[in-house]
Amino acid sequence: MNHQHDIVIVGSGLAGLRAAIELGVDTKTAVLSKVFATRSHSGAAQGGIGAALGNEEEDKWEWHMFDTIKGSDYLGDQDAIEILARDAPRAIYELEHMGVPFNRTKEGKIAQRAFGGHTREFGQAPVKRACYAATRTGRVILDTLWEKCLQRGIEFYDEFQMLSLIIEKGHCCGVVAYELATGELHVFHSKAVLVATGGAGKIFKTTSNAFASTGDGMAIAYRAGAPLEDMEFVQFHPTGIYKLGILISEAARGEGGILRNAQGDRFMERYAPVIKDLAPRDMISRCILQEIRAGQGIDGKDYVHLDLTHLGKEVIESKLAEITSFARTYAGVDPIKEPIPVQPTCHYMMGGIATDNEGRVIADEQRTPFPGLYAAGECACVSVHGANRLGCNALLDLLVFGRRAGREMRKYSHSIGFQSLPPNPAKADQDRIDALMQNHSGVSIPEIRSQMQEVMMDNVSVFREANGLEAALKEVMQLKQRYQQIGITDKGRCFNRDLLDAIELGHLLDLAEVITRGALLRQESRGAHTREDYPERDDERWLSHTMCRFTGDKEPDIFYKPVVITEHQPQERKY
Amino acid sequence: MRCTFIIHRYDPAADTEPRYQEYSVDAEPTDKILDCLNKIRWEQDPTLTYRYSCAHGICGSDALMINGRIELACQKLVRDFKTGYNFVIEPLPLFNVIKDLIVDLNPFFNKHRYVRPYLITDEDMPTTEWLQTRENQEFVEPALRCILCASCTSACPINRANGNYLGPAALLRSFRYIFDSRDTATGSRLAQMDSEDGVWGCRSMWWCTDVCPKEIPVTKCLAQIKRLIKQEAKK
Repeated sequence: MNHQHDIVIVGSGLAGLRAAIELGVDTKTAVLSKVFATRSHSGAAQGGIGAALGNEEEDKWEWHMFDTIKGSDYLGDQDAIEILARDAPRAIYELEHMGVPFNRTKEGKIAQRAFGGHTREFGQAPVKRACYAATRTGRVILDTLWEKCLQRGIEFYDEFQMLSLIIEKGHCCGVVAYELATGELHVFHSKAVLVATGGAGKIFKTTSNAFASTGDGMAIAYRAGAPLEDMEFVQFHPTGIYKLGILISEAARGEGGILRNAQGDRFMERYAPVIKDLAPRDMISRCILQEIRAGQGIDGKDYVHLDLTHLGKEVIESKLAEITSFARTYAGVDPIKEPIPVQPTCHYMMGGIATDNEGRVIADEQRTPFPGLYAAGECACVSVHGANRLGCNALLDLLVFGRRAGREMRKYSHSIGFQSLPPNPAKADQDRIDALMQNHSGVSIPEIRSQMQEVMMDNVSVFREANGLEAALKEVMQLKQRYQQIGITDKGRCFNRDLLDAIELGHLLDLAEVITRGALLRQESRGAHTREDYPERDDERWLSHTMCRFTGDKEPDIFYKPVVITEHQPQERKY
Repeated sequence: MRCTFIIHRYDPAADTEPRYQEYSVDAEPTDKILDCLNKIRWEQDPTLTYRYSCAHGICGSDALMINGRIELACQKLVRDFKTGYNFVIEPLPLFNVIKDLIVDLNPFFNKHRYVRPYLITDEDMPTTEWLQTRENQEFVEPALRCILCASCTSACPINRANGNYLGPAALLRSFRYIFDSRDTATGSRLAQMDSEDGVWGCRSMWWCTDVCPKEIPVTKCLAQIKRLIKQEAKK
């Protein structure tokens, strides 16, 4: 079936929905999502969204900007970070006006709490900057934006899987998508496409991410010729529930929670004497693993304790409600009485499809726009998070840059007509699906997927070194070979989950390769990328963004793009 | 631990009637029911189909009938059931089955849309936030926990008798906006609720509250709407 819309947005998380709201009234917009819109993974964001409102104590956007730059280990682009921090209060008030039910202060203002890496006066002490709705901040924003879209009459195509971007004469002019309920291919013809498909945590064995977080948009844009930026920077959140990876929000430490080792020591005092348990995530994840290596894991195992017992029942049940229920349900632990067993869990991709500050995908290091193609949210790299994202900056990124992408696309779509489609744009995808459906080989999708997840977890997670990275790359390339032989057992057309698994696995493997190649080449330690064989940050050689471009059957083309530095020269990063 | 799963199957292309298929799977007491379904799909039968995403009870995709009770498959563990490691997995009742454990939720979301689930105000926007008291935010807080999993509406016996009844989930959303101090459409919202297909359809049978995986006191919230309608009628 063929459809025509001015703009097609792929992904219904906060970035996609915020862009849709910006376009809604006078620009015919369709939102495609492989899950029903409110199932999007933005809804899992717990702790908060950062903005220097100063509702609880003095705060300034300049401090927020500095914290984000320092948090990024100076890899974030400072012009983009300035936009993020300056625009944050407006973005929060706008959400509040749309109806987001934030918690309130005694005076009835939006309540705020402390979060990792957010400080007053350029690192002097923690500051309360995260606006929140209990530990359901992402979910209530998602619901509010979705409902706003309903009010605006945005068209949703729920349970549609994007298969490819349609590129004609170097111009993105639509999407080919697969309708889960019918197995039918749909061609969406548009003036521009926004890729807002979120992260790819399922590359790793332990992750806080949803099953749907398979990096579809990143991989599809990569295959369509858009470079991926800084993919080697993968955030491991320090406090995933032991063995499960389910997230215990940083809000737990924002409200006063403490990490303890086997001796019961508050070990973060040693690593970050000023802000302790509110150090940034990359640092705390490393510290936890160092404690475990030093034999300080609980019962000799690979986890530590997150202790909330001193906070009292009222704080835990009112401000940390959701995570209390997670701890009880999944870890069998009552956080009012006992500490929660935690270990680092893959949480967020700092890297993604390279864009400029207006959401335009860029094709090269000179920032030449890729006509018609836009990206926003976790799948994009602006870059505001650089080598390590601060907690509560992700939701902010989605809203600030989702809006900017929407605004830019609206302008763009009103200035041009429809580019004509190539003949039969769905043919290549139809052929690929037919081939998969006809293949009966015994190469198993779950087996390839779990091997990839294991090797990426073992060799490409928090600590990395050359030998392990080389071994991982070799294995990923072998898995990619074997992937060519997979077959599909389910031959049906209605909700064929087997086929979707196959498609998603192809995306994960592409991204696993890009992450590993970037990590192997980057001979330094910066933010979330820690090379044990290159333990120091090396600004002389590596103060630059990794760009990776798909080249068909050849090795991907890797090149570098300078970091934008405006106000803050790189300094040693201490907390 | 060897567990037996008896699972509702239906393929619209091949089956004229739904059928049940038995699977045997090794599981730990701490495995989620969703983990077990995944194991079956990955290791034994890739054709088995169900919805799922976040796997920790926040996206609302995987509400199912597990041993005759509506639960989120990702929020219940094997050890939570005292049924001798035997499990019967069926789709949510009330809705039409599309395939295996997947139901058509369009009627559910259409009712959601009907209650105008967004803030309506005729006031001028302030330049910063609208002030809202802590008490008011806390009053609507239970409704904010809703993940639109459709468990309550699916469980509600009234819904089975009256297909036009809005059902607990849509009424709960209405509660969320009726009692939000920032919303000024209270009058027209109450008028919309004031019927047998609206809040008076609720007979306080508590099934919605009983099955809610987020422990929302749904019935009590609906009672607040009823009370306000009566109060306004007296004025």
